[in-house]
Amino acid sequence: MSTGTSGLKRWYVIGAPYLWLLVFFLIPFFIVFKLSLSEVATAIPPYTPTFSWSTGIVSFLSQLDFQNYSFIFGDPLYVNAYLSSLKIAFFSTILTLLVAYPMAYGMARAPKSWQPTLMMLVILPFWTSFLIRIYAWIAILKPEGFLSIFLIKLGLISEPLQIMNTTTAVYIGIVYSYLPFMILPLYASLEKINPSLLEAAQDLGSHPWRAFWQVTFPLSLPGVFAGCLLVFIPAVGEFVIPDLLGGSETLMIGKTLWTEFFNNRDWPLASAVAVLLLLVLIIPIVLFQRQQEAEREAAR
Amino acid sequence: MKGRFSWFNATSITLGFAFLYIPILLLVIFSFNESKLVTVWAGWSTKWYSSLLQNQGLKDAAWVTIRVAVVSATVATVLGTLAAITLVRMGRFRGRTLFSGMIFAPLVMPDVITGLSLLLVFVALGIDRGFWTITLAHITFTMCYAAVVVQARLQDFDKSVEEAAMDLGATPVGTFFQVTLPIIAPSVISAWLLAFTLSLDDLVIASFTTGPGATTLPMKIYSQVRLGVTPEINAISTILVGIVTVGVLSAAYFTKRQTERAERERRKAFGAAG
Repeated sequence: MSTGTSGLKRWYVIGAPYLWLLVFFLIPFFIVFKLSLSEVATAIPPYTPTFSWSTGIVSFLSQLDFQNYSFIFGDPLYVNAYLSSLKIAFFSTILTLLVAYPMAYGMARAPKSWQPTLMMLVILPFWTSFLIRIYAWIAILKPEGFLSIFLIKLGLISEPLQIMNTTTAVYIGIVYSYLPFMILPLYASLEKINPSLLEAAQDLGSHPWRAFWQVTFPLSLPGVFAGCLLVFIPAVGEFVIPDLLGGSETLMIGKTLWTEFFNNRDWPLASAVAVLLLLVLIIPIVLFQRQQEAEREAAR
Repeated sequence: MKGRFSWFNATSITLGFAFLYIPILLLVIFSFNESKLVTVWAGWSTKWYSSLLQNQGLKDAAWVTIRVAVVSATVATVLGTLAAITLVRMGRFRGRTLFSGMIFAPLVMPDVITGLSLLLVFVALGIDRGFWTITLAHITFTMCYAAVVVQARLQDFDKSVEEAAMDLGATPVGTFFQVTLPIIAPSVISAWLLAFTLSLDDLVIASFTTGPGATTLPMKIYSQVRLGVTPEINAISTILVGIVTVGVLSAAYFTKRQTERAERERRKAFGAAG
């Protein structure tokens, strides 16, 4: 198609999605940035100054200030929320990888006739509502929930567990909900590995464990990388999980943003929180895009 | 490897799927619980389902959610397919890196950022918030998923079929509708279904971009969940899980039949060639 289509006709295909994403994805970030430099007001929309062409750019610019940012950096609550989001996202990414890797490995080594079914079973929860899957954990983790009942019946514990409304519950929630995002790229890269490579390593006297670390694991790294980014980036800004499973001790920036916006109706401050969150995530997002592009090039 | 599971692989798969499925299974089972307590079994009952039917607020929310999901999935699939063609078939063009960035970034962008920024653009454009703003927002993030699903299929199939059609005098548009689209059709259907379920599930982006009168099902469920676990939420969740399960299974069945047919035709063609 690329050779036979004239330049103008190509832009009919490219134009529609391009324009849509410019208007609804890229430009909004500039508006968020602009608003983060405004002040909160009791008006509709609840901020000032609202940009208008009549007052002109100069007077608009003169009203801008960075007080939202200095407020965020001055308040340890916000700084801690950023740091703890990064920490929670980092460790839950590693936990997810540890849970997902044996599963993806098992799937890739399963009989070929089983693989489509196993894939199905991973995809199904991925398509099931996030909110519902988090909700399902409340009944398990609460003090009088399934987990406590089960462990008390087994005689392993005598007192109900206090997991609900703690950071532990948030970890469980993130690992659970993001598990399919980790398994799918891992499986895709593990499945591509030619098994004769491993057989060759073993024929040459390599211990299976050694063969795994020297052959399989390095070849699966693109999948590890993609999976980790797919979990880490959205987990940093996660709202539903810390809100429903976490307690007051769990600080996460997504929840802070939500509270500023919905409870305090401070749109400018919420925007400043969003801008800083985006700045933290911009490098992982660019890495993710590069990785996806490289994968596409390799598939040619 | 040779048609059998090793014990290690079988164990890790079993444990993994137990972890993935037990929470959902418990939720489904306890939606049929007689008792109001969600964790204590008191016998079978479907009374929570019939009480759902009397809940007008929930039914209204379900109707809004389905309309948003159908409209946004349809537009998102068209835009996503165009985006996939752009990524796979258009080669280099000015602004390509920016374009692929705008396709991949929404896949990982935290919902709170997407939601807030879309709301602000709607306010700036002066669009009344409600049904249409949620729909526009959903088109924006689901079209990127649609693009990824379709592009995977597009780069899989043999480009020379398209080139042959054009050598035989077909126009690019004719080639697309007569050659390309039939081949990528299963992925276009999967893309629609994925966009539909993502829209059905979304809480955060819809909460930011909604206006008076447009409450979606996840928003309704969320506000009830905050008050505590109830069998009624279990029942509505079970219905949603059921819809998604049937959708995914039928999409898989459809794709499987399609590939089998393609495989048969390929064999026949080879057979004829010698």
